[in-house]
Order: sequence, then C-alpha cells, then structure tokens
Amino acid sequence: MASGKEIRGQIASIKNTQKITKAMELVAASKMRRAKQRMDAARPYAEKIKRVIGHLTQAHPEYKHAFMTVRPVKRVGVIVITSDRGLCGGLNSNLLRRLSSRVKEWQAQGTEVSYSVIGNKGVSFFKSFGGNLLATKSGLGDKPHVTDLIGSVKVMLNAYEQGEIDELWLMSNLFVNTMTQAPTMQRMLPIAKEDVAVSHGHWDYLYEPEAKDVLDALLTRFVECLVYTATVENVACEMSARMIAMKNATDNAGKFIKELQLAYNKARQAAITAEISEITAGAAAVSG
Amino acid sequence: MSATMQLDIVSAEGEIFSGKVDRFFAQAANGEVGILPHHTQFITTLKPGEVRVLAGDEVSFFYVSGGVLEIQPDVATILADTAIRAKDLDEAQAQEAMTRAQEAMENAKTDLDVVRAQNALAEAAAQIAMLGRLRDQLSKQGLTH
Repeated sequence: MASGKEIRGQIASIKNTQKITKAMELVAASKMRRAKQRMDAARPYAEKIKRVIGHLTQAHPEYKHAFMTVRPVKRVGVIVITSDRGLCGGLNSNLLRRLSSRVKEWQAQGTEVSYSVIGNKGVSFFKSFGGNLLATKSGLGDKPHVTDLIGSVKVMLNAYEQGEIDELWLMSNLFVNTMTQAPTMQRMLPIAKEDVAVSHGHWDYLYEPEAKDVLDALLTRFVECLVYTATVENVACEMSARMIAMKNATDNAGKFIKELQLAYNKARQAAITAEISEITAGAAAVSG
Repeated sequence: MSATMQLDIVSAEGEIFSGKVDRFFAQAANGEVGILPHHTQFITTLKPGEVRVLAGDEVSFFYVSGGVLEIQPDVATILADTAIRAKDLDEAQAQEAMTRAQEAMENAKTDLDVVRAQNALAEAAAQIAMLGRLRDQLSKQGLTH
C-alpha cells in the first residue's frame, strides 16, 4: 500500500490539474458566448444574400453562370472546417470520421475527391489520411474574418470554374445547442434550382456592368458567406465542446481526489493503530 | 404620405442598417445611382464609396468598400464587403492609408501590385471624400465634429 506521503503528493498534483481544467472551462464558456454573438451577427448577411440568390434563380437571365449549371459529377471538392486546437472532446474526430466514410462512398462510385482544409486539426489529419489537398489554412483564432478565408475559397472556386471539380461541398459542425454539435455536409455548388419557389412571370434584372461580372461577384460572395458562417459556427461548437470536456475533466478530478483522500486517511489510521499497538506491547513487556 | 422602400445594408460580420427610406444613393460600377421606391429589378456591383440614405428629414452616410446592390420594387439590399457608419470613420487613419497606398504604388514591381495599390488608393480617397462631406453637413446643421 502506498505511503501517506506519496498519496499526499498525488492529491496535490491532481488538485493542480483540476484548477487548470476549471479555468479552461470558464474561459471556454465566455468565449462561447462571444462566438455565439458573432454567429448571430453573421446571420443577416446570410439571409439577405440567400434572398437575392432566390430572386436571381427566379429571374430568367440570358447568361447562365457556371455556378448555377449542373454537370455530371466525376470529381468533387470539399471544404473541411476543423478547429485549430484540441482538448474539445470528440468534435474534430467525429467530423473527420463522418468525412472519411463519405469519401469512401464517393471513391466506391469512382468519384475523385479533393480538399481545402481550414484549421490545424484537419491539416494534421490529412497528413496521414492522404488525398488531394488543394489548399490549407490554419491559425484563424477565435475571431475569424472573411478576408482570412477568401484564399481557400478562391482555390476551390477556380477549380470549379476550370472543371477540375463538378461539385463543391462544405463539411463543418452545426451548433445545435451547448451540449450537442452535429457534423454536417452541405452542397454549395452548383446552386440548386429546386431549392427555390416557382417563378412568377418572365422578368430579368437590369445588370450593370455585365451579367457575368455581377453574377461572379454575387456568387463568389455567396460561397464565401457560407464558409464564413460555418467557420464562425465551428468556433462556437469548439468552445462549447471544450467547455463540456473540461467540465467532465474537473468532475473526474474531484472524484479521484475523494478516493485518494479516503485511501490517505485509511493509511494514516493504520499507521497510528500500528504505532499504538507497538507502544502498548512495549509497555506491557516493561511492566510485565 | 410618399412611398418608401425597405433598405437593408449588411456586411458579412454584422447588420449595418435596416429600415424604411425615401431614397438613397450609391456608387455603382458605372457611376453613382439614385434609387427611388418602385425601381425596376436591378443588380449591380458597388465601387468603394459612400452610400447616402434619405429617410424623412434625416440623412445618413455609410461607407462601403465594395459589394453588390440588388433592387426589387419594394426592397433594396446592399451586400457590403465591409460597411462602416460614417460617424465611425477615422480621418487620420484614412489619410494614413492613402499615403501608404501611394507609396506602395510608387514602389510597385508587378502589375498585380499596381492593381492592388490602386484599389487601396481608391478606397482611402473615397473614405476621405466622405469624411469631408460629413463635416460640411455637420457644420451646416450647426454641429461641430
């Protein structure tokens, strides 16, 4: 049985760990609140741009943009959003497991997959997973900006325009609530016509300067907006997952300390009992 | 009561303005446009510059660094790349950005650098012009900046 001193040392070290996990839990909780505010702030833009795209698909433009044309799918591109740092439960591993099972389905159909990866965890995953990486971006921090993402999105849009990929997907975590985050996949390109209501009459926009320029600008922003929203949402997911993971760690440490404290008390009691019996035995020998 | 239309100005990182307006002006790709209610469907890209919004007796200014403007008869949407309320613009910062852009243009080596520097210069110049106008307006109203 471990001596009293050893157990005391163990208890002290677990208490230190507990302090750290408790602090991380509190930090994650406050960061999550801020991330949720940013998520809400991004919502109006997403709604408005969807409204405009909705109008646009109802119009009857003479010019048909590549992003709105469905092609037979031979190759797909995926933008994968992960967190930069770990210690956030199964958030990234769940997402990447879901991704790899989907990739297997694609490969079984003979579809090639290429990726653009955002976040450190995804980048290191792809080192072992392999696959055709077109772009990576990491170190976005807790406050990602649209400008940080433009590069990784642009690479995929160029690939789409040049026919190197026929569909563009987005893989990220959906913030259901503080306790639950769900990995989701959505198709960003081509923009589906079936999502939109039936058209009213025959009308088209006045375009300035040219339909192509305007649509280019608009649709690029649409994809950027989707990726930005997903990235901000992923930060909120990361923070809430970390908060839960750290709360569990703190609770476990508490349980561990209780058990050790009990063992320590027993060891101490045993030592005292042994000492007393030695003394009484000694006294009996002297007086006897 | 005269007709009004709904105007929404949003940037990816937040909502800037939303409300009923009488008319507004924006810097479209081919020059300034003024939009009244019941305009026909119209869609255009925006240059860096100001957006002037008239609602009742009130005039407000916004600065956008580019984006897309969409008009439907009763609702207009400005999808701004970055939008700032004119009040929050900092003149010193704008001046500094302009000097930086000019320097960059003089030292530019490739065509791409030149284009980038020209964009930065246009943006800074638009911000400064707008600040000037804002100041004029405030002094007219008897307010000091």
